[in-house]
Amino acid sequence: MKALRNYIDKIKPQFEKGGKLEKFHSTFDAFETFLYVPKTVTFRGSHIRDTLDMKRTMIVVVIALIPALLFGMWNVGFQHFISLGETAGFWDQFWYGFLKVLPLIIVSYVVGLGIEFIFAQIRGHEVNEGYLVTGFLIPLIVPPDIPLWMLALSVVFAVIIGKEVFGGTGMNILNPALTARAFLFFAYPAEMSGDKVWIAEKADAFSGATPLGHLLVGDVDKLPSFSDMFYGFIPGSVGETSTLAILIGAIFLIATGIGSWRIMISTVAGGLVMGWIFNLFAINDYMAMPAYYHLVIGGFAFGAVFMATDPVTASQTGMGKYIYGFLIGVLAVIIRVANPAYPEGMMLAILLMNVFAPLIDHYIIQSNIKRRLKRVKIKAA
Amino acid sequence: MSEVHRIRRGLDIKLTGEPEKKVTAISTDKFALKPPDFMGVFPKTFVKEGDLVKAGTPVFFHKYRDNIIFTSPVSGKVTEIHRGAKRKMLEIRIDSDGKMEYESFGKGDPKSMSREQILEKLLKSGVWAYFRQRPYSIIADPENTPKAIFISAFDSAPLAPDYDFIVENDVQAFQIGLDALTMLTSGKVHLNVREGQTKSRAFLEARGVQINRFAGPHPVGNVGVQIHHVDPINKGDIIWYLNPQAVIIIGKLFREGIYDASRIISVCGSEIKNPQYFKVITGTSILPLVKDNTNSANVRYISGNVLTGTKIDKVGYLGFYDQQLTVIPEGDYHEFLGWAMPRFNKFSYSKTFFSWLNPSKKYALDTNMNGAHRAFVLTGQYEKVLPMDIYPMQLLKAIMVKDIDLMEQLGIYEVDEEDFALCEFVDASKTEMQSIVREGLDLMLKEMS
Repeated sequence: MKALRNYIDKIKPQFEKGGKLEKFHSTFDAFETFLYVPKTVTFRGSHIRDTLDMKRTMIVVVIALIPALLFGMWNVGFQHFISLGETAGFWDQFWYGFLKVLPLIIVSYVVGLGIEFIFAQIRGHEVNEGYLVTGFLIPLIVPPDIPLWMLALSVVFAVIIGKEVFGGTGMNILNPALTARAFLFFAYPAEMSGDKVWIAEKADAFSGATPLGHLLVGDVDKLPSFSDMFYGFIPGSVGETSTLAILIGAIFLIATGIGSWRIMISTVAGGLVMGWIFNLFAINDYMAMPAYYHLVIGGFAFGAVFMATDPVTASQTGMGKYIYGFLIGVLAVIIRVANPAYPEGMMLAILLMNVFAPLIDHYIIQSNIKRRLKRVKIKAA
Repeated sequence: MSEVHRIRRGLDIKLTGEPEKKVTAISTDKFALKPPDFMGVFPKTFVKEGDLVKAGTPVFFHKYRDNIIFTSPVSGKVTEIHRGAKRKMLEIRIDSDGKMEYESFGKGDPKSMSREQILEKLLKSGVWAYFRQRPYSIIADPENTPKAIFISAFDSAPLAPDYDFIVENDVQAFQIGLDALTMLTSGKVHLNVREGQTKSRAFLEARGVQINRFAGPHPVGNVGVQIHHVDPINKGDIIWYLNPQAVIIIGKLFREGIYDASRIISVCGSEIKNPQYFKVITGTSILPLVKDNTNSANVRYISGNVLTGTKIDKVGYLGFYDQQLTVIPEGDYHEFLGWAMPRFNKFSYSKTFFSWLNPSKKYALDTNMNGAHRAFVLTGQYEKVLPMDIYPMQLLKAIMVKDIDLMEQLGIYEVDEEDFALCEFVDASKTEMQSIVREGLDLMLKEMS
């Protein structure tokens, strides 16, 4: 360890201002601070600081995503062999999925972090850790068979248009991972929808429709069992299928305090309430489907736990978080059930509420301001 | 008695190095008045280097309010007027002659004096310097009549001194000080005590004041939080506030007719060998307190507590408003993969480390920043440690963009730096919040005057 530290200290001057590798300062700094917590000390304000920093925050989210990732890897293989009508052992299934998913993760990180490093250098900033999470989320919300160049393109779009143009992590309006997903959805609809894409190297004869695919055409009776959908033995995007794995992540996020339980709970509540309302006025089988089915179908759970809770793009006030989450749940179900053009409503619901989150906060803040003004009036009266 | 104000939001950071409850009187020979301690004051001196002064002799005054004068805490000789960049006056150093002669300001019973007489005595003796006002947390203006005066009889900050213990021998002076204060406000003097912990009769049996009871974690002892819950500041309101030891100094001024600037401070922190209380005089050099009393050489000397104090040198002087000297290790070391490690010896308010499993453990925290500055990302963290009906992040952003109207609407009059100290501590983005709040207050002060 000592040797590594010495080596870093030795090469450091080259990356400082005036050194010959000055252009790579941000990159160097990112790696140095990755390896070592910097020795910076406080100089004004509080002399002691909490141990939590942005790196820790982001790594906690990444850890929360690991159950969904591992399950997703296995499920990719599982679905593949089912579609071929073959039987394969657990490790064969996992290995197949692992080889499918790993390239997605590598492409996502290499492309995304590359852009982040360049922007950090241009701005003279340190590299932000936000992409550690975004880059992990993107592979989990795409179909397993997506061409890698398409994924790369969506990452470029998401990082530059979704985030960097606004000033980088902390300044963006839309969730970058969902921006990537939306880009793919609208730019390459053929590869992102229909029945063909959700199972890797599927045999043509096999249907392969996702639960949402069945629902879109009104085949409610073809839905897999609730427990299959809850455990995640269904086709779909890599990380979204297993509600159970996502639930484990959710518990971890809530326990560590990094994910907002307000948003998660209210999103689920919104979905259930809207589902019940459809039940009351049901005129077709989809509307009559039990409301809680919505929670385990498609990307609802994944979106509620990992996407809606992105603190930068969500509502920032306590009360605002309830409203924001609730409306996401409501909208997601409305879009699913009432709009035949989009089988999955979660992505659009979250993106839409991302845009409205500042407005919600605005009214919450205004009520705080009014409370303060009222205090004066009561006194004056 | 009134109901208890129970505060739920906040955080007690438990540190090692609590002071032992014993007082040692220590005579030091070097002192300094530090004009930067007095917010809102533009100093102009009365004295030159080499002048002889007594305790209570004017040393400098406020250029724009020349009846606010600052007097020497000891008798001796002015040795140096230390200036920094742009000739800014940083320290006026005074060497004690060891005789402790006092200027006489005449005794008097505040109950039989008029407001003007009391004010005059406070101003002439320089004791006025202990009065500060909200909003802005600057030195109080004697032209104003505040709607209330607040005294927090307990300090909830990490390793804070115990005022019950400090006022033990000055109960009478404290009451005389309170008698004087009640004459200065159009409203009440609020004496805020900690439910279940404040036991001293100096506080619980104080007369002529309203005693408010508070319970909860730090920052419950901050006067800003107490004002917010008892009598919040609206635009145009002025509240004065003082430390209990300042009240004792006022009491002694009326009882004995002198400016007796002695106070009891705690010398504490994980790097102090024998943490305990010392009886010293305002503005004392800290060298005699820490010499051969620290565990290592690479330490930080903080005048005040770890959250809001000021970094000073080993040969530096205690701040005018500070009641404790805290010494903690410097954190200038690299930690391999620290952000990924369990770090059992580090404290975090969040549950991403393991400190929450052992809530009673005490820590020896150092000054490492534990990360680097980032944009605001996490939300809802600051609210948990700021027990006020204020949106901290929104207020900070309003200050950063210098939006005066918004700052006012979001409640800048109700806060000062120390109220944001815990927000700054827990912040994962490592934002310098106390500096931002000070900038905002300075800006408001400039715009409003």
